[in-house]
Amino acid sequence: MRPRHALMILIPILALLPWIPGVPAFWITQMNYIGLYSLVVLGLVLLTGVGGLTSFGQSAFVGLGAYTTAWLTTAGGMSPWLGLLAGLLLTCLVAYALGAITLRLSGHYLPLCTLAWCLALYYLYGNLDFLGRYDGIAGIPPLSLGGWSLGTGPRMYLLIWLFLLLALWATHNLLDSRAGRAIRALRSGSMAESFGVDLAHYKVVVFVYAALLGCVSGWLYAHMQRAVSPSPFGLGYGIEYLFMAVVGGSGSVWGAVAGAAAILIVKDQLQNVLPGLVGTTANLEMLAFGVLMILVLQFARDGLWPVFARVWRQLGGRAETDGHDPARLAAAPELPRRPASNAGDLVLEVDRVRKEFGGLVAVNDISFRLRAGEIMGLIGPNGAGKSTTFNLISGVAPLSGGAVRFLGDRIDGLPAREIARRGMARSFQHVQLLPDMSVLENVALGAHLRSRAGVMAAALRLDRNAEASLLREAARQIERVGLGDVIDQPAGSLPLGRQRIVEIARALCCDPILLLLDEPAAGLRYQEKQALAAVLDQLRREGMSLLLVEHDMDFVMNLTDHLLVMDFGTMLAEGVPADIQRNPAVLEAYLGGLDDDWDEPAHGPVPADHSDPGEPGRPAGRAAGAVQPGGAS
Amino acid sequence: MDLTIALILLQDGILNGAIYALLGLALVLVFVVTRVILIPQGEFVTFGALSLAFLANGRVPGTAHLLVLMGVLVCLAEAVSCWRARQWRGYGSTLGWALVLPLVLEALAPLAAGPDVPLVLRVLFALALVVPMGPMIYRLVYQPVEQASVLVLLIVSVAVHFALTGLGLLFFGAEGWRTPALVEGTVQIGPVAWTAQTFAVLATCAVLIGGLWLFFSRTLYGSALRATAVNRRGARLVGISTRVAGSLTFTLAAAIGALSGMLIAAITTIYYDTGFLIGLKGFVAAIFGGLVSYPAAAAGALFVGVLEAFSSFWASPFKEAIVFTLIIPVLLWRSFGSVHLDEED
Repeated sequence: MRPRHALMILIPILALLPWIPGVPAFWITQMNYIGLYSLVVLGLVLLTGVGGLTSFGQSAFVGLGAYTTAWLTTAGGMSPWLGLLAGLLLTCLVAYALGAITLRLSGHYLPLCTLAWCLALYYLYGNLDFLGRYDGIAGIPPLSLGGWSLGTGPRMYLLIWLFLLLALWATHNLLDSRAGRAIRALRSGSMAESFGVDLAHYKVVVFVYAALLGCVSGWLYAHMQRAVSPSPFGLGYGIEYLFMAVVGGSGSVWGAVAGAAAILIVKDQLQNVLPGLVGTTANLEMLAFGVLMILVLQFARDGLWPVFARVWRQLGGRAETDGHDPARLAAAPELPRRPASNAGDLVLEVDRVRKEFGGLVAVNDISFRLRAGEIMGLIGPNGAGKSTTFNLISGVAPLSGGAVRFLGDRIDGLPAREIARRGMARSFQHVQLLPDMSVLENVALGAHLRSRAGVMAAALRLDRNAEASLLREAARQIERVGLGDVIDQPAGSLPLGRQRIVEIARALCCDPILLLLDEPAAGLRYQEKQALAAVLDQLRREGMSLLLVEHDMDFVMNLTDHLLVMDFGTMLAEGVPADIQRNPAVLEAYLGGLDDDWDEPAHGPVPADHSDPGEPGRPAGRAAGAVQPGGAS
Repeated sequence: MDLTIALILLQDGILNGAIYALLGLALVLVFVVTRVILIPQGEFVTFGALSLAFLANGRVPGTAHLLVLMGVLVCLAEAVSCWRARQWRGYGSTLGWALVLPLVLEALAPLAAGPDVPLVLRVLFALALVVPMGPMIYRLVYQPVEQASVLVLLIVSVAVHFALTGLGLLFFGAEGWRTPALVEGTVQIGPVAWTAQTFAVLATCAVLIGGLWLFFSRTLYGSALRATAVNRRGARLVGISTRVAGSLTFTLAAAIGALSGMLIAAITTIYYDTGFLIGLKGFVAAIFGGLVSYPAAAAGALFVGVLEAFSSFWASPFKEAIVFTLIIPVLLWRSFGSVHLDEED
């Protein structure tokens, strides 16, 4: 049995619940509240659980939706549906403005900020005359649709749950799309920028999306209660929403419903049971609530939904899909490709680039050129500044001086995503994949720039053809690098060496002109290295340019056309591999000073069977500078 | 508005600002050492103020019983971890401060609430009731999740705030309380009479801030805390226990919070949930310093205090809205000025 089958049974039960004999009316009220809360929490699941942006202030947006419709329908005498529209519009504007200002705040500043504006809005609701101050607004008309009143309990219940199910469906769709992959990459720092994802944009998108869900919930609430006052939109509720997301398990859309239901039911039970238990009239639920919250965070930080999912599997339930559908992908049209550049064209020109970290010169006036159809190696001991050079070229780190030209245009100073748009793709020294996403989805992130399918299209499932084309391209690159057997596995489950290959496939998905690979062969076995070398060689023959940082000398010497050796940020030598192997300065950097009476070996410094020196030795006394500045990008 | 009103407002603002400065300092301290954003700081304020108010009114505050309860829980939690580690060394001292001390205090509480006890003794007794709760809360709540992200710790803090506010309601009821002023009398400066309490508050703040400065610059424990703040792993490698550091900072935070509460309760009526807003304003102040700089936090606190005083004159209902909206431009300014660091997860 798959989840969708369970849903097919569940939805009719939900729809008929008010008419099932023996169901108390109180249950329907409770279900209404669960639905209203779930809508808000669903936004938080996306914002906090998926996007990693914590907000304590969602209740302020609920208030915005509720107050807009309350004021327009009472003072303005407008239709509630216009109230909804106006509320959505207003929320959109407010959330966009707040998001644009505050989402650039890093780490813990954002949650603090949400706390502050939630308080500020609460005091505004409570003090503005036209919103009725702390008394609020009463006499809000019930909803009706074409003369059919939705005011009665069961009908309101149906409407709330209809909205909730639609929101769940749209959010689920959104996560399973091009935009969804970008949103899921928000947590992983700046990596996705290197594939053209505008992270700041997607942060605002999820923020507005979550705020709109809150607004809808507020609108429904206002017309269900027929009155609004500031108290349900205070900070206490904002915190409660976040807590529901945490308890439900903020990684799944259904976690929102689980969390809202669990908290509401527990709170209700506490209200019933506690006074009798302790024998006081004091309001103890806040205390019990706080203690429960602490216990959940100490013992089940992932929330309830993963527990449900585990039980489901133990009962023999299956996941929704078994992975991708090759037939469907094969039927999708291919993505357009960039015209290949002519062999011999100048692709990359690095002109005296420089990077200083305080007093340390990590990259000291490095210059080189790379032509189409060439593989160039960048080698040197650890801490030589190779990865920093990579970061300078790909726009991940800003230059202190010099210029980088790509296809004739200056690209230094451009953001990483713009450089990616121009046809440069890269892998990272420290693997930066999204471990919970499948290999296919990780690789598809690389093709982000090759489709335009947006958030709305994704939420409404209008993007399926574009999505299939993207996935088809991702699958093609995965086959090409030889990972076809693990295409549907979570990327985090692969050994580190193969994760590096996933990064290469992801970079290839950009359809790059220039590919920067940072230690692609590290952690691979001999045969895997051979296969990788064959793939890279094939790419070169197709006219792609490659720049490699690599420690495996065998791999580098056999594959590259051209080598540049760095040590302590400066260029030590440049030339074809055979010359480099005989260069005395290079030998000294790798093996230390040679004693005068020791004859230079005839076949180069690195024995052929020494395939992975890892960290080559350094001359004594110089090792203190061996910290790799900014190597982690 | 004339000069007199302005001066009165300024006096209010400086007074509140000094309290916010103390709380801001404590918040910064706790954050840099443990990465915990101590939302429940305000509850220490409430507990301190209301414990003193109860004692002064001849009643035993509920905090005396709460301390015993927390102590028992700490002893149990420690017993579990000692049993797991098969290492019972140090359990004696745990029993001492977490079980014997609270029991003794609980036994003495009716005496402290008796008539004719000098106010200073009551202040000290109330401090003795509230301060040990700092390390106890650290042990019970934060130590099990000390490796969690700043975000999880923040949510935990909110939960602790809920729990303590609930306890506050249980112990102290919904009505507000004031404490007797520490010092009576007024001082005439220019056209305005400044209350002696103002100077007492300012002097206490100055002494505390000076004391903290000495503690951090001159003592080994102070250096250990600073080292932990700079680099937790590095501190562990040189033998500083981050748990001891956390425990110590929570003790300091509880002491500062409780004392602030007693200072302010002579001027403002304190309810069981007042501490939260006071703490949050300390927090706005701390954010001025980016949660790392003490002088900036103190300056921010004075600014918040004065702004609050003046906005309560001009736009009283919007006082809170103004203070909390202020945080947004400040945060923006901080985020422009600071180097972006990816949060550890």
